[in-house]
Amino acid sequence: MEKTMKKYFPLFVLPTLVAFLIAFVVPFVMGVYLSFCEFTTVTNARFVGTANYIKAFSNQDFLRALIFTVLFAGVAIVTINVFGFLLALMLTQKLPGRNLFRTVFFMPNLIGGIVLGYIWQSMINGVLSGFGMTMLMDAKYGYWGLIILMNWQMIGYIMVIYIAGLQNVSTDVLEAAKIDGANKLRTLFRVTIPMMMPSITICLFLTISNSFKMFDQNLALTGGGPSGKTTMLALDIYKTFYDKVGFEGVGQAKAVLFFLIVAGIAMVQLVLTRHKEVES
Amino acid sequence: MKKRLLGTLLSMVLAISALAGCGSAENQEDSDTGSVYYMNFKPEVAEVWEEIAEVYEQETGVKVKVVTAAGGNYESTLKSEIVKSDAPTLFQINGPIGYQAWKDYCADLSDTQFYQALSDKELAIKGEDGGVYGVPYTMEGYGIIYNLEIMNRYFATTGAVVGSIEEINNFATLKAVVEDMQSKKEELGIRGVFAATSLLPSEEWRWHTHLANLPVYAEYQANGVTDMQEINFAFQKNFKNIFDLYLQNSTTEPKMLGSKGVNDSMAEFALGQCAMVQNGNWAWGQIAEVSGNVVKAENIGFLPIYMGLEGEENQGLSVGTENYFCINSQASEADRKASADFVYWLISSPTGKDYMVNKLGNVAPFTTFTEEEKPADPLAKSMLKIMESGKVSIPWIFTTFPSQTFKDAFGGALLEYAQGTMDWNGVVSVVQEQWKAEKALLNQ
Repeated sequence: MEKTMKKYFPLFVLPTLVAFLIAFVVPFVMGVYLSFCEFTTVTNARFVGTANYIKAFSNQDFLRALIFTVLFAGVAIVTINVFGFLLALMLTQKLPGRNLFRTVFFMPNLIGGIVLGYIWQSMINGVLSGFGMTMLMDAKYGYWGLIILMNWQMIGYIMVIYIAGLQNVSTDVLEAAKIDGANKLRTLFRVTIPMMMPSITICLFLTISNSFKMFDQNLALTGGGPSGKTTMLALDIYKTFYDKVGFEGVGQAKAVLFFLIVAGIAMVQLVLTRHKEVES
Repeated sequence: MKKRLLGTLLSMVLAISALAGCGSAENQEDSDTGSVYYMNFKPEVAEVWEEIAEVYEQETGVKVKVVTAAGGNYESTLKSEIVKSDAPTLFQINGPIGYQAWKDYCADLSDTQFYQALSDKELAIKGEDGGVYGVPYTMEGYGIIYNLEIMNRYFATTGAVVGSIEEINNFATLKAVVEDMQSKKEELGIRGVFAATSLLPSEEWRWHTHLANLPVYAEYQANGVTDMQEINFAFQKNFKNIFDLYLQNSTTEPKMLGSKGVNDSMAEFALGQCAMVQNGNWAWGQIAEVSGNVVKAENIGFLPIYMGLEGEENQGLSVGTENYFCINSQASEADRKASADFVYWLISSPTGKDYMVNKLGNVAPFTTFTEEEKPADPLAKSMLKIMESGKVSIPWIFTTFPSQTFKDAFGGALLEYAQGTMDWNGVVSVVQEQWKAEKALLNQ
């Protein structure tokens, strides 16, 4: 069996490998190469060295977007995970109609970000109009709008992963804790949560990467306004690429930096939380 | 070992043949006649272009493919389409700045029949080498669109400042009329004189581009140039004049403008909730389409945008174009020829001309069009009437505005000014600084 597996391994892995090469490795390598080029379209690139990286910091846009993104991600990651976990705890109790609730909470995740952005834009503007304002009055409205929107969209998804994690916690261990006299809160923090570290690793990874990469919701909800104060990294890259003449390479350079930042943070998080995972 | 090699080879063959299957079908019809692939800029006339493509194929046998980019995404769609092996052969740019971005793909058009037929050769976009790289296919104009029915209602009120629309020929009169109308809005049955000054991001082009064209043109004129690396925004007071008038005599509270788009403004106008709106002749379709539209074609007309500039009594509309045909220089010769023939057919054959004028509503600047072949829509008619009345049109120089980034910053500043979070000096310095910064980047 082992031998046959080895023999046919290349045959079975090849289609995936080819697809991976074409759809992932080649565009990625090209993208990195293009960040050192000046170009209009990807086929007429001219090598210019690190000039694009210098230009990326020639104004404050990128740094401002980075700070805004970090502020956004910091709050969004915590709220999404806390609320998602609480919902999961609630919906693993014996509640009437809990399957219905699970479905309802999951559903926002099935709607596209652009659509959600426009829906929330009119809802938030509708509320603010009662105070004679719009969301673009001040960056803080856009900021909290984005956090509410992101929470609304992601909580259900994160909840489903936590529910799966909760259901995997072995009842033997929980029973043992009960016999040892641990109360509910203690059981939660000392038994359930440590046992759920694999789910937490996944959920943190998903929320971190999604918060940093957020684009459509940002574009639709505030469009970066007022005066670009709510522009996040992905939107800033998009605007650099398409809204400035001859800045395609700079946009590309920003995208490479963006990749390094997100990958770096996600890696650190993976190592840290993996470390905490325990075997039952 | 042998089997393993065989397996690898077999799977490679499989993979390659599967991949090859994707791309080959389209490229086979490279016959001698060539074919046309047009990237259309205007989603509102997408269906008309599809129809033209069909008719042209029936008449001449040349295949025409039309792809329409979604609103606001023309550049990004073109960027991805043009690298394909089946790339657009005919596309459009928006002026000198657009030419800077696309010059590697613009073919010299000086020998084409449609350039020869251009009524004013100065309108075309010329490169540094003297070649012709973009040919305009329509002329457009914008100003303040008014609803004569409401205006007449006002002229009939007691104490009206003027008695007819013709008497409004400078900013002072316009301001007096507008403010008087606003105070009588209940009597006139409107919610405000002007439609909402749409300041939602990417809906502010009527201000940061169209309205700003006038003071910047005045500055160019004062300096005797056609472009500037730095502007003082010397006529900012005039811009503020009219912009304040728009804000303060509107259907909408200035603080609420961050939630308004162009469609909202046009709907307000179409429903008779306001008397005036700043927009161009392309807006007629949009007004007529609104359900419950109460504006009649014979009651609609243009007023030049007065902002207190010197000699504005004789000022006309802002007339120009942002639509230039370009032929892809990297397409095959047969395709380039087919594209040029297609454009010439559009402006010279009876069928093509009918589509150009009546279905696309273009005011085509070509000698092949006779006096009778002018568009029938009321705004285009009003525009031509003003042009022919001897008033001096203001050319579109916003094609020299440095970049979208500049415009976005300007629009953002206007929004902040409208809602009171930035003072006017802040707006002026945003314009000066962004203009300088973005122009400097262009020349690197």
